[in-house]
Amino acid sequence: MKRRDFIQLSGMGLGAMMGSTIPVLGNIVPVEHLLEPGADAATKKKMADVALNAAKAKGATYTDVRIGRYLQQFLFTRENRVQNIVNAESYGVGIRVIANGTWGFAATSDVSNAGIAKAAETAVAIAKANAKIQTEPVILAPQKGVGEVAWKTPIKKNAFEIPVQEKIDLLMKVNSEAMKNGAGFVTSNLFFVNEQKYFASSDGSYIDQDVHRIWPTFTVTAVDRQAGKFKTRDAISSPMGMGYEYLDGLASEKIPGPNGLVGYRNSYDMVEDAINAAKQAKEKMTAKSVLPGKYDLVLDPNHLGLTIHESVGHPTELDRVLGYEANYAGTSFATLDKWKTKSFNYGSKQVNIVADKTQPYTLGTVGYDDEGVPCKEWDLIKDGILVNYQAIRDQVNILGEKESHGCCYADNWNSVQFQRMPNVSLRPGAEKLNVMDMIKGVEKGIYIIGRGSYSIDQQRYNFQFGGQLFYEIKNGEIAGMLDDVAYQSNTQEFWNSCAQICDKDDYRTFGSFFDGKGQPSQVSAVSHGSSTTRFNGVNVINTGRKLG
Amino acid sequence: MAILTKEEAKKIIDKVLAYSKADEMSVGLTGRRTGNIRYARNTVSTSGESTDLSLAVTAVYGKRSGTSTINEFDDASLEKTVRRAEEIARLAPENPEYMPMLGPQTYLESNTFSQSTADINPDYRAKAAFDSIDPCSKKNLVAAGYLEDTTGFFAIGNSKGLFGYNKSTSVDFSITVRTADGLGSGYAIKDYNDVSKLNTKSATEVAMQKAMASVNAQALEPGKYTVILEPAASVDLLQNMMRSIDARNADEGRSFMSKKGGGTRLGEKLFDERVNIYSDPTNQEVPNSGFSGDGRPQEKINWIENGVVKNLYYSRFWADKKGVKAVPPPNGFLMQGGTQSLADLIKGTEKGILVTRFWYIRAVDPQTLLYTGLTRDGTFYIEKGQIKFPVKNFRFNESPVIMLNNLEALGAPVRVSGNMVPPMKIRDFTFSSLSDAV
Repeated sequence: MKRRDFIQLSGMGLGAMMGSTIPVLGNIVPVEHLLEPGADAATKKKMADVALNAAKAKGATYTDVRIGRYLQQFLFTRENRVQNIVNAESYGVGIRVIANGTWGFAATSDVSNAGIAKAAETAVAIAKANAKIQTEPVILAPQKGVGEVAWKTPIKKNAFEIPVQEKIDLLMKVNSEAMKNGAGFVTSNLFFVNEQKYFASSDGSYIDQDVHRIWPTFTVTAVDRQAGKFKTRDAISSPMGMGYEYLDGLASEKIPGPNGLVGYRNSYDMVEDAINAAKQAKEKMTAKSVLPGKYDLVLDPNHLGLTIHESVGHPTELDRVLGYEANYAGTSFATLDKWKTKSFNYGSKQVNIVADKTQPYTLGTVGYDDEGVPCKEWDLIKDGILVNYQAIRDQVNILGEKESHGCCYADNWNSVQFQRMPNVSLRPGAEKLNVMDMIKGVEKGIYIIGRGSYSIDQQRYNFQFGGQLFYEIKNGEIAGMLDDVAYQSNTQEFWNSCAQICDKDDYRTFGSFFDGKGQPSQVSAVSHGSSTTRFNGVNVINTGRKLG
Repeated sequence: MAILTKEEAKKIIDKVLAYSKADEMSVGLTGRRTGNIRYARNTVSTSGESTDLSLAVTAVYGKRSGTSTINEFDDASLEKTVRRAEEIARLAPENPEYMPMLGPQTYLESNTFSQSTADINPDYRAKAAFDSIDPCSKKNLVAAGYLEDTTGFFAIGNSKGLFGYNKSTSVDFSITVRTADGLGSGYAIKDYNDVSKLNTKSATEVAMQKAMASVNAQALEPGKYTVILEPAASVDLLQNMMRSIDARNADEGRSFMSKKGGGTRLGEKLFDERVNIYSDPTNQEVPNSGFSGDGRPQEKINWIENGVVKNLYYSRFWADKKGVKAVPPPNGFLMQGGTQSLADLIKGTEKGILVTRFWYIRAVDPQTLLYTGLTRDGTFYIEKGQIKFPVKNFRFNESPVIMLNNLEALGAPVRVSGNMVPPMKIRDFTFSSLSDAV
């Protein structure tokens, strides 16, 4: 199976969430192969120097080399059986150059000196060919070489070292508990990713990084055949930049909510969540269909993360703002002229949104980005005002800055790196506030948990979001479960209706494991942190329909 | 080297099968060369080319199976891969749904390969991009586009004598043109097996015209409207519907094809009687491989005939359990239409909205197949048979099942994303809010 192949997820539950496919990068390998060490740093430095020298000899004025070994292990189960276990490895070299003021890129799985040199030469040849029709020469922000350095995700348990049987046992327990508690069907999955990336550049950097990510998830389905009805409830886990320890289910990382609901911070109890999911899927069957209208929304971090992703994360990507994504994902309403006024009210005063690639346990966190820039944190929205964008080395000059933000990423050695979203998070409120007290202050509202249906326009104005669980709030109390809920708003209007944010004790991250961007499309993983947040007077629609 | 002939592919597959010690073994061999060019702001942003040749071996003992992949083709590497697959299979959990491999099959021949596409080189791609950028620059418009071409083959074989080989080419082109002030945007999309049918200049001209015509869009109240959906607009909704007609989900009670009280809606009239959707790998406009990835033959299948559901697709396991033919999901579909052009449909419309395309389509409710999404890149108000003015984009909440019941008229089908789709006129299409996006 090669990198552009996808696992069809039709009928596997995740389909609705991710457009029905999961990308698999690389060759299928035996599980023990995933534990073999890749080439050591000294060997990779020699390989990188071959590329740097070959590109320079052909006339490149800048070169970077990424020697990547990308490992994936995915497990798919339903009810009492394993459907599929995928162990994949992808290994090769990607070389990016600037020649005649133009980018060129070539990649090869032939990692011999000759293969690497040939790819470097091809990259220079492509740059020179494209230079002929280039109208905007590359302006690269300076980046001092960092020498020979290393960085590793601080994991406690390497998921690839955990026996497959232990993982199957966990998923079988998840499935059986869900079935015992009323599920008609259940699918459960574990995704593990390890990126072993070596970056070198003509600036004098040799960076060795070992990046780990994990995502446990499931979908529980309750079916009433007589009524011809079915309802699902997906896991409220989050993909994380952690090892297998995320699945320890530590009590200390559970955040109690109203009605016995449980939120998970940096440790996930998958079996407990599956039991709750089965009961809640059944409860959805008889939940009241929502009356459309204006409601105050109380949004759980496991739901709000996706709203942040779509309505703040993507619109503040500078390449979108400039028009580079116009033919695919679109452009952005957050234009440079709005930013330049220094007074564009993206949100209300309490809205402070930060970009970073440094928060512990998150998907975006690495030591250095894929063009060798040390990672950092910076503000996107401060006190409600749009103050900055996400930009990389060939873009920051447009913002009048001299240093890249460090958010460049490629999903594989054979993909060209480009600007990708760092973690984009809403800072918690300064005043002490938990979700129970927040709900007490709401007269007519809906409490929403979990990632549901999501859609936003190509300039990120109009959006519609669903969720996993909806609870009606009446006069400060939870009045029962609702169904057929989706809210629609305009990004600026929505963030300006932000009225209250819970404190740091409620803060959790949500994540997107396979965020797509670019042509050809590349995936990336990104986290979004927030505390439970209240938005006033948001338009809620009823999504119930009847087929003849 | 990446594109092997049928004989070369068979030789490798036979060699691999000869190493097998497993109960059953299957081999998949795939090769491809793919190239692309991407541009935005009237200049090239990225372009590249890559080649791949890869072999996957699946060994089976009883109901345990294991797969190993490799991209080296010397005898020692091939044998090593076979041994690895066998080793993985022995350690794998039993799959209670495992079905024994198929024996020799007969496949329909289809013309999926075009030498002109296989001959594409970087100069062709640069010229194709230039032909699209140049007319835009001259009119102070901004082009962003993408062209991708693929030449590849796929061969399968197994220890029970099955063998299949298909060589194919494809080219996909899309172009978004925006006015310099960002107030107008237009779009066009084309895909072919044979690149000699592609003219990036003329496709770009359609997008340019829409960009210029969509400036100063007026706001209409959201609500139910008669719409004319261009094929690029309806194709995603139809594709989503066609991907949702899996028999097992329907039998399990968790599909829009599930019947109240149990069973499926196979044989029921679910759509307007003018709705006819079928698949046919030998169709000249949208040819497809004569076999599916698991070796089952792809044949001409009627999925919806005169509004009646005629077939659902099955996994081999589920078909066996149900005692029916294991019809695989199709690679693409053809929806029949009429003879009218898009212009004819507009002419025959008293009041309506013309939709160029939909964007960010997501499932809202799998029970009713309700989707949401937005119009994009050219939405216009029609009155008395004429396009009157551009309108602001809408968000919709609609089900393709309801849409295909509210059918007013069908035009002549055209190829889009590997399917044949007619422009269609639909009444009472639900727009639920307005978007400021251009």
